[in-house]
Amino acid sequence: MTTTTDLPPAEPAAPPPLDAVGFARWCWRQLTSMRIALILLFLLAIAAIPGSVLPQRGLDPIRVNDWIEGNPTWGPVLDRLGFFDVYAAPWFAAVYLLLFVSVIGCVLPRTRLHWRALRSAPPDAPRRLDRMPEHRSWHTSAASTDVLDSAYADLSARRWRVARGDGWVSAEKGYWRETGNLLFHAALIALLIAVGYGALLGWRGNVIVREGSGFSDTLTQYDAWGGGRLVDPAALPPFAFILDDFRVEFERDEAQRGAPLLFEADLTLWPTPGSPSEDVVVRVNEPLSIDGAKVFLVGHGYAPELRLTDALGRIVHDEGVVFLPQDGNLTSTGVLKAPDATPSLGIEGLFLPTAAVDDVRGPHSTFPEADDPAVFLSAWAGDLGLDSGVPQSIYRLDTEGMTQLGIEALRPGETWAIPEGNGTVEFVGLTRWASFQIAHDPGKEPALVASIVALAGLMMSLFIQRRRVWVRASADAQGSTVVTVAGLARSDEADLAPDVDAVVDALDGRRDRP
Amino acid sequence: MTSGSLAEWSNLAVYSSMLVLVAALIAFAVSLAARGQRVISPSLVSVGAGLPATDSGTTVAAREELTPGHRAGNIAMALTWLATGLLLVGLVLRGLWASRAPWGNMYEFSLAWTFGILAVFLIASLRRDIRWLGLPVIFLSILSLGLAVTVLYTEAAQLVPALRSWWLIIHVAAAVICGGAFTVAAAISALYLWRDRAERKGRVTGIVASLPDAARLDTLAYRILAFAFPLWTFAVISGAIWAEYAWGRYWGWDPKETWAFITWVIYAGYLHARSTAGWRGRRAAYISLLGFVSFLINYFGVNIFVNSLHSYAGL
Repeated sequence: MTTTTDLPPAEPAAPPPLDAVGFARWCWRQLTSMRIALILLFLLAIAAIPGSVLPQRGLDPIRVNDWIEGNPTWGPVLDRLGFFDVYAAPWFAAVYLLLFVSVIGCVLPRTRLHWRALRSAPPDAPRRLDRMPEHRSWHTSAASTDVLDSAYADLSARRWRVARGDGWVSAEKGYWRETGNLLFHAALIALLIAVGYGALLGWRGNVIVREGSGFSDTLTQYDAWGGGRLVDPAALPPFAFILDDFRVEFERDEAQRGAPLLFEADLTLWPTPGSPSEDVVVRVNEPLSIDGAKVFLVGHGYAPELRLTDALGRIVHDEGVVFLPQDGNLTSTGVLKAPDATPSLGIEGLFLPTAAVDDVRGPHSTFPEADDPAVFLSAWAGDLGLDSGVPQSIYRLDTEGMTQLGIEALRPGETWAIPEGNGTVEFVGLTRWASFQIAHDPGKEPALVASIVALAGLMMSLFIQRRRVWVRASADAQGSTVVTVAGLARSDEADLAPDVDAVVDALDGRRDRP
Repeated sequence: MTSGSLAEWSNLAVYSSMLVLVAALIAFAVSLAARGQRVISPSLVSVGAGLPATDSGTTVAAREELTPGHRAGNIAMALTWLATGLLLVGLVLRGLWASRAPWGNMYEFSLAWTFGILAVFLIASLRRDIRWLGLPVIFLSILSLGLAVTVLYTEAAQLVPALRSWWLIIHVAAAVICGGAFTVAAAISALYLWRDRAERKGRVTGIVASLPDAARLDTLAYRILAFAFPLWTFAVISGAIWAEYAWGRYWGWDPKETWAFITWVIYAGYLHARSTAGWRGRRAAYISLLGFVSFLINYFGVNIFVNSLHSYAGL
């Protein structure tokens, strides 16, 4: 996959030999050829496209399920083929792994060649310098050895690699171009390894924390957690925090009304169990670093406080219920499950921070701030299915096998007597919640270093020009010396005139030239 | 000056810039038509087409009388400089008004992108005569400005918290300049394909005769992309660093990231194709156009049609 500018064109493709070794060798040559590398590059680009069009499990599992349900024919097929997790699919891995094998197969031999070139002198000067694309020639009274001596000294002083022969000086410059090229490709391989290393040893979890409640970094406290194969989930850094306050502000001007302006979470943090607590602030773009892990603020919403009293008069629930935002104005949905109530109750809710109702959209929120909050509740009685062993979301109520008791809209402070004497629900007040992503990725620093090296190598390989300059000097029939300076670019775009002119100037060629 | 009037002045500057660009477009068209018309006899074809890239001052002066349409071309270049200056004023005023980098939504990004196109064109024009490129470049600039002021215009004031970072300035500025370079390179590649077809058929007449020969077009597109590709690499890396701070991961295959990756891969393919026998020239030019399409999908497609973390269109 490296550039072949300096190499002879590849021999025309021969048919594959039939014996095993020959065939393997043929495959290797094909794989490491530029043509195949190019095809693999474009395959990689094409393979990446479905992941941006179809919903992806890693980003939005709910939309994936909706998509599969909405497309009963294609959904399951695409699912089996890994189209909802493209970047972890075997066929995607096959493309990039083949590409990297191809890169390695190209970089290794070229490294050997380049190493050899670095240790050897520039090749002899060609006989006919006037055939070179850039050349100058003149007569001088100086002796040819003096001319070549000063050419040698001048080119060496300007850090060319110089060789001297009978009647000629040969110089070459720009070896860093190939060094950069090799560095770039090697750094890409290092980047892939760093990403893989991070995937094996890194972990990431998400947790929703209500204002006033806390979190301690153990597996069971996470709402979702995923880690690499080599991670010990029992050995997470043992910090803990309480979310004291979450501040959020929204744009109220007509332009971009409702756009968030500020997210800020005040935490009381215990870096290790028993250590003194400290007050910290986590903002978007300003994660909290602790013990190799980082705590990012990634989301927020409302948690209406609902007090549920059952038919026997027992308070079975009395705290905030996390409602998940459904749109930019934080129209949110949530579920309260009370299996211990008599009868066991499930309450579905729609929370509107700034409530409005119209015929088309039904109840919805018109602004994300709690200017005029209301909660629309629907109470169900019956088996919640919590004992069935089937895992279920705490944000969804499976109403199959349940009976709807009634619906009601509540403002803060209002109480609803659930019909048929099934208890009461009071909308006590509001708190907010914030969601945090807590992540540890040991591969990210190596990945950054690899990217920076790749960028540096890339710039070297594009901006440095590999070029050769030659000087020939010999006595002519009249006893004066003929000097010829010529240059040749070994990379496409080099402009050689300045190099050749510099040598001409150093040899006083301009003064001597007619 | 109140902040409201800053926004009005910015809009005024942008509209003036568009007007001047239209004038430049006409001047470029006149210049091109005059150059194309003149090339009737074969002996003059070579004069018109083969003018070397790095003329010294004396030959330019001598040619001034030779080449028809030269004066129109000069006027067009002057108008382009003026329009670019006006656009810069519009951008700066917009940034002053909002007290942040003026590329926080699609309207502003389009202004900046157009500025990028014009800047890349003008900077390239300092070193060589590329007035033949004026017509398509100005046309694309007017198109993107027109889209900006009609469809994409937002009164947007402040940024969502995730966008409030120094990385916005660095990451988006790099993307904007790359956008300009990709656009100019795509225009050159398209002209290359046109010119190359004419050369193959041996019928280099009319406007196509006023273009440089295909080899030079190929080299120029390469030079611009060789400059843009590392910058795009940088834009992707800086985006990854920022994503790590804002979202807790440096790469998450968000649609914008995916298309930035696809664009990167295509242009990497371009650079490799150009140094592979059988892929130079036409195929490389098609890849350059493909890369531009991918950039457009990343900009318009992902912002408008896809649910992405980067959906800051403000539409």
